Amino acid sequence: MTSAGLIRALCAAGTLILLASACAGGPKLPPPPPQSFDRAEVAQGFALAKLGDCQGCHTADGGVAYAGGLPLKTPFGTLYTTNITPDAQTGLGRYSKDAFVRAMRRGVRADGAHLYPAFPYDHFAYADDRDLSALYAFLMTRRPVARTAPANRLIPPANIRGVIAVWKALFFHPGPPAAPDPNDPRARGAYLVESLGHCGACHTPHNALGAEQTRQALDGGYQEGWYAPPLNALTPASVPWTPERLERYFKTGLDRDHAAAAGPMGTVIRELAKAPDADRRAMAVYLAELMKPSPAGRGQTALVDRAAAAASAHPQGASLYAGACASCHEPGAPMMLQGRPPLPLGTPLHEADPRDTIQIVLQGLQPPLGGAGPYMPAFGSSLTDAQVAEIAAYVRARYSDRPPWSNLTAAVAEARKQGAS
Amino acid sequence: MIVLNVNGRDHSLDVPPETPLLYVLRNDLQLNGAKFGCGLGQCGACTVQVDGQAAYSCLLPVSAAAGRHVRTVEGLGTVEKPGVLQRAFETEQAAQCGYCIAGMIMRAQALLDANPRPSEAQIRAHMQPNLCRCGTHMRILRAIRRAAGLPPDGKMEAA
Repeated sequence: MTSAGLIRALCAAGTLILLASACAGGPKLPPPPPQSFDRAEVAQGFALAKLGDCQGCHTADGGVAYAGGLPLKTPFGTLYTTNITPDAQTGLGRYSKDAFVRAMRRGVRADGAHLYPAFPYDHFAYADDRDLSALYAFLMTRRPVARTAPANRLIPPANIRGVIAVWKALFFHPGPPAAPDPNDPRARGAYLVESLGHCGACHTPHNALGAEQTRQALDGGYQEGWYAPPLNALTPASVPWTPERLERYFKTGLDRDHAAAAGPMGTVIRELAKAPDADRRAMAVYLAELMKPSPAGRGQTALVDRAAAAASAHPQGASLYAGACASCHEPGAPMMLQGRPPLPLGTPLHEADPRDTIQIVLQGLQPPLGGAGPYMPAFGSSLTDAQVAEIAAYVRARYSDRPPWSNLTAAVAEARKQGAS
Repeated sequence: MIVLNVNGRDHSLDVPPETPLLYVLRNDLQLNGAKFGCGLGQCGACTVQVDGQAAYSCLLPVSAAAGRHVRTVEGLGTVEKPGVLQRAFETEQAAQCGYCIAGMIMRAQALLDANPRPSEAQIRAHMQPNLCRCGTHMRILRAIRRAAGLPPDGKMEAA
């Protein structure tokens, strides 16, 4: 940015701070009684809350749903998510609908303070009035829970909320809310993906100041020690996604030709599985279209299994794989007979970044929806960094035609650090 | 040749490097405490400690354990002189058929080594991977609390 641009941005930020202070200290309304909300609107809000996975971030491990307190690790320190139950003192109880809509679309708290952009208002800005009204009705009819989130632990200057005004001046320029034709599934899908679904919050790369690089929308990003793969023509999938397969993946967290949902996506699936079929279908239609390989692109890759070459390049990895992985992952193993993705199709093995493969080995997989879903034991406590790196190098060489990953041992150490809560 | 340190003793073994540690313990070293349950890392009957951490020995190639410290249930005590945790399992009669117990004890020992006075939530989260088909989990939990000197009913969370 030029110095003139920076000055302009700072002036704009100053104006925002003034505006924000002018809004501060609004009337202290009592929470609206739950029975004042229309039941159909509450039901619609429930569906939208599932699509937006509000619960995933606004619930602490083992805590009450929507009562907040989940630590979010960012490059700028740890943020704790807020209580969005309608408790008057610690939650949204005193938010009017207008204050709620302003928070969602402009990232401004009821008292006028700026909200950190970890709350993805850069997406929610596109949500239309009716949907925000329904979401408000849903949240305001939850059971109020008195719970204050722990204080954020951020590094200077990110610990000063006023700095968010500068950030907004630089990076937050939302267009008007979208109002898609409800009868057009593709348009509805695009709207949900871009607005309440906020897929880009993980799947779009972020710049050094944590803003989405909108010119590389859905090109793949990093979140909580995991890599969120591209959701466009850059997809590393070996077999093209279809709307039907995506829809099933959203509902079950598993697709035999790609992968099982893991890491932060596991949390997303838990909520997405409860969303209305038509909305899951709409998102699937839109995303499958985005992921269509471009005419100049790769199209379908031939599946590879170069066992001999991989074993001669990584003999130690091959023997570790034989003892630790083969009893489930080789053809004919009991796991494979249950319809789990064969490794040559496993999306993580074809990603540009090794961290999903590493995290799955370290942390294993828990079925996001419980029951008989895909499960893998964690190897983080039994294998060393160098051993996990050997296995990753071997499976990449054996099952993918992409270039080898580099600096794997360091990547394992880093993945351990970022994956630990 | 692979040199494997088990319960403080080095053993030189002529076995293929991918052999699961469990097979080496049972077949080559006659340490039959750890059991073969599922062979898929899903039941925990084969649990031993590797460098102090609980590990499924059925899914750990012996080459991955070489140069590290392996500890099995035999390393905690003997029939005549059981270890603290073994004695607690006995006192609480935590075994029904007993097949899972060596794995249960070794997973619990890894927790108590790192955290001698765990909370009830920490005990339950830590023991979650190990299964007992007889259903003696409540007694197993009591035995772990007993070994840690915690109230037997697990109700101490108010402190």
